[in-house]
Amino acid sequence: MCTVCGCGTGEVSIENNHNHQHDHNHDHQHNHEHSHETHAPHTENGDLHYGTGPAHSHAPGLSQSRMIEIETNILSKNDEYAHNNRHLFSHKGIFALNLVSSPGSGKTTLLTETITRLKDKLSVAVIEGDQQTANDADRIRATGVPAIQVNTGKGCHLDAHMVGHAVEHLGLDDYSLLFIENVGNLVCPSAFDLGEDHKVAILSVTEGEDKPIKYPDMFAAADVMLLNKTDLLPYLDFDVDACIAYAKKVNSNIQVIQVSAKTGEGMDEWINWLITQRKARLTQAKSALSTQLKALETAMDI
Amino acid sequence: MHEMSICEGILLTLEAQAKEQNYKTVKKVWLDIGAFSGVEPRALTFGWEVVTRNSLAENSELIINHIPGQAWCLSCSSSVTIQNRYDNCPKCDSGMLQMTGGEELKIKELEVD
Repeated sequence: MCTVCGCGTGEVSIENNHNHQHDHNHDHQHNHEHSHETHAPHTENGDLHYGTGPAHSHAPGLSQSRMIEIETNILSKNDEYAHNNRHLFSHKGIFALNLVSSPGSGKTTLLTETITRLKDKLSVAVIEGDQQTANDADRIRATGVPAIQVNTGKGCHLDAHMVGHAVEHLGLDDYSLLFIENVGNLVCPSAFDLGEDHKVAILSVTEGEDKPIKYPDMFAAADVMLLNKTDLLPYLDFDVDACIAYAKKVNSNIQVIQVSAKTGEGMDEWINWLITQRKARLTQAKSALSTQLKALETAMDI
Repeated sequence: MHEMSICEGILLTLEAQAKEQNYKTVKKVWLDIGAFSGVEPRALTFGWEVVTRNSLAENSELIINHIPGQAWCLSCSSSVTIQNRYDNCPKCDSGMLQMTGGEELKIKELEVD
């Protein structure tokens, strides 16, 4: 049984993970042990009282509907898994990025280039999300870093639960860098927190410059936008300034980096961003640890 | 397309609550869905019928309360309703808006048996 959640079988497949296919189509046959308190008549002094349930309906034989206020976030289950992932990442000092884009934006090429530049400096691992095939994970593995493919089947996004399992199977090193390449889709992945440090949206100049306002949710959720394939700009009518203005319109804090994974243009800026953000995260962890250490020393000193 | 996952998320919550709150069928579910939640109410209603088959919420009704996009204009200091994330302030046309509402994705209330 899986240790992330103890779930059963479904449609999602994680590479080399035959028995762990999860979709949460659990057998919810729930034949609950109902005490029928709300349905059975209430007995008092030998009399039978119907309609004593919370809704106080008085029609004998009719069930008593009642109202329950629950005020719960619909994605609370996903958020719980995301919270667990984030906790694990922070515990192990892992810096995690969730890469989101439409299909064909050059995500995987950008990723292999990024990995090539970083793999000698730190431990890198990749979770590849696609509906089908392990092609992308194969491309990543060719760079020499561990990768695991998560096929979502009919699913249009990765969720925190799938990522939790993938992480378990990858066996990440402490202080490593984790890239989660989401399913190519500019809509659905925006709603699902995976426990990452940042969402990185990748947009290529072969797409329309108005994509940030056509798919605003994704650009609103991302902290950085990589404008990829800039080597092709001379051959296209793509308006870079308009594109950046649109992105800033939906998210005034979004940082934009122009890159070409092919020629290497802008790659230094992107790598610097990544190293700086990772360092900031580790610095936070370090100060938390030193606070803890001080508290420990104080506790010892009696 | 992820409306199906959202429906499954709602159903999981209802099933978990069934044990706690001691009910065995759900008749109505009230939701708050924000304009910028990324969820299309019609797709949600369609998915709900499919996802809830043979469940405790079979034939239940989804009642969706649409929450409009709300923002605070830093320029004219007023709370305004917006249609899109990239809208300017409808009062002063400034682009300096801070979103304050519209991302809600909540189950509010249930009618159960």
